[in-house]
Amino acid sequence: MLRGRIVFAAALAAVVVAWVAQRQPAAAQTLELRWAGDAEGGAPFVEADPSDPSHLVGFDVEIAGLIARGLGRTPRFEQVMFTSIDQSIARGDADIGLSGVEDTPARRAMLAPTVPYYRFREVLSVRTGDVDRYKTLADLRGRRVGTLGGTIAYEILLKAKRDHGIEAVSYDDDVHPYSDLLIGRVDAVLLDNVLAERRHRAMAGFTIQPETVAIAHYVGVMARNNAELRDRVNDVLRQAMRDGTLERIFRKWQVWNDDQPTLYAALTAGQPVPPVIGIDQAGNVATLSGWRAVRLYLPALLKASGVTIVLSCTSMLLAVLVGIVIASGRVYGDRATRTALTGYVELIRGTPILLQLFVLYYGIASAVRLPAFLAALLGLALNYAAYESEIYRGALLAIPSGQLEAARTLGFSEFQILRLIRGPQALRIALAPMTNDFVALLKDSSLVSVLTVVELTKETQIFATNLGSWVIPGAMCAALYLAMSLPLAALARRMEARWRGQSS
Amino acid sequence: MERPVVLSAVVLTLRGLRLTRGDRTILGGVDLDVRRGELVALRGPSGSGKTTILRAVAGLDRFDAGRIEVGDVVLNAGTPARATLTRLRSQVGMVFQFHHLFEHLTVLDNVCLAPVHVRGTSGADAHRRGRELLAQLAVDARAAAFPRELSGGEAQRVAIARALAMDPPLLLMDEPMASLDPARRQELGLLLKDLTKTGRTLVLTSHDEEFTRQFATRTVSLDGGIVR
Repeated sequence: MLRGRIVFAAALAAVVVAWVAQRQPAAAQTLELRWAGDAEGGAPFVEADPSDPSHLVGFDVEIAGLIARGLGRTPRFEQVMFTSIDQSIARGDADIGLSGVEDTPARRAMLAPTVPYYRFREVLSVRTGDVDRYKTLADLRGRRVGTLGGTIAYEILLKAKRDHGIEAVSYDDDVHPYSDLLIGRVDAVLLDNVLAERRHRAMAGFTIQPETVAIAHYVGVMARNNAELRDRVNDVLRQAMRDGTLERIFRKWQVWNDDQPTLYAALTAGQPVPPVIGIDQAGNVATLSGWRAVRLYLPALLKASGVTIVLSCTSMLLAVLVGIVIASGRVYGDRATRTALTGYVELIRGTPILLQLFVLYYGIASAVRLPAFLAALLGLALNYAAYESEIYRGALLAIPSGQLEAARTLGFSEFQILRLIRGPQALRIALAPMTNDFVALLKDSSLVSVLTVVELTKETQIFATNLGSWVIPGAMCAALYLAMSLPLAALARRMEARWRGQSS
Repeated sequence: MERPVVLSAVVLTLRGLRLTRGDRTILGGVDLDVRRGELVALRGPSGSGKTTILRAVAGLDRFDAGRIEVGDVVLNAGTPARATLTRLRSQVGMVFQFHHLFEHLTVLDNVCLAPVHVRGTSGADAHRRGRELLAQLAVDARAAAFPRELSGGEAQRVAIARALAMDPPLLLMDEPMASLDPARRQELGLLLKDLTKTGRTLVLTSHDEEFTRQFATRTVSLDGGIVR
């Protein structure tokens, strides 16, 4: 049996090695154009063909094909998460990133973007009933406005927060802002007209305001050391602007409009096009020195650390309480209680926390509309409660039954025994694994950014996107997490030492 | 051998106590009467059912047939009602062979926990009484120690003090001599004898023939789950 397994493992390893070996030269081959995009982004950018999911479609797919042809190469797609395209390109995973990537001062500073190939407008969407009430961002004082995090639209919202007192809500995708708009979690959504119009075709109940908030552009991003190739790509794009190839592509995807000829005319005439038109980019951090950027972002990171601390401490407290109840139910309860609680623990442990957070926030939104912070808190607490309960159950079962019998003969009730004798001793056993879980929770709390809660990791990501680099934001983020977790570990060690001193 | 002159009230009655586990008979119909002030030693080889009798009387183990009466509390076969157990435990105290002290509490807190939380005695009163008991058992110097810091003999005496703190009329002790050296056995024997003089009743199991001959008012021999 074992021998069979070893043979199987060896065969599997051989297949993997062969597959990697076969892939390696292909990756190095210069005749390919490796382009990075996020198929999750959907139509009209990049999406899996509904009739053949192994095949990609979208205007970015066609532009990648157009560029590859112009360079005499064959395109090869690399799936990269939208928020990681810049980093992926910088480290050389692909030659060019194409996935509705915005032209920003940060990208111009850190990478080598192509000329813009599409001009879009940042537009405000509101519920149809509010169409006369919220016409511009200035009308939305004190209201929640959603958008995709790390985008120009998010920058605009942060500025509107300062100027008009709106509340900016950051999403990780471009679908949930609109579904949350319809159910009233946000009062407006600011996003590219391409995204807004696509959503508008699929959903009823909201209206896109005609006024343009800002004008921006999609570009391909390339590494700075790839500037020579970038120039050749620019030639291909300009040619496609002149000969109507780009127009054909955008018409096919129903996103062609009068903005594009204006853009193409400027570009083919060699005129410079600013990345964003209509908002003041003077304060953009990409143009700041490292230290000034740190000083600018430190307050926001500290505030986000506060969110992380409050969220982690509250959800851990709740997890501990619920965990104790679950563990007690599994140790003391009748068969039905035990079965139900075991089922809960296995369900939670057996499914990803991200899925649980999604279900809690979006899945049950039609029945119970939890605010983001509460959903995040509950999601983390209910997830960790399952793990905590297993620690407590083990700890409760570790208390010698002789002590429990001695307590019974003294006349203690079962609840008193749990409270006075079994529980306190179990807590000492559980302390080390609990500390471990708390430190893990501190970091897992970053997952709640999918529910629009901006905590430390999300704020760092926003900082990094704006700055165009992860080095300084990453170091600050790590320092802040350590500043939170190290004292916690020290405190736990001291408590453990005290308890050990008591009983040795 | 000294015998009580006046026959006092029966404190513990066992009638036809039976317990089988699978095809093994643990108790084969035990009858026993213990009177107030007696020190009854249950003797017999390992597996003869001595400890099982104590556990049944303390309400820790169920039995299949028969009846146990402790004062006015009656235990029948099967699972007793919670109220019955509560009343039983105000009548019976138990000292275990392996002491089973509460590891997270000091010696004094081990002794005071039940008076405070079960009886509702004030902390100050419980502490005073606890110190008296510890002094009586010559372990008052260890009042602030934790169970793991105690020798076997000290732990034994703390366990006795813990049981006595609840003032049970009937005290059960499982092999109280096992963890003591001969000098300590003599001391404990005298102490137990003293307890019976104040009207307390003791039922204990012991292998120690010398001890039982010297201190027990009566020895009951068990073999194969029946009284010989």
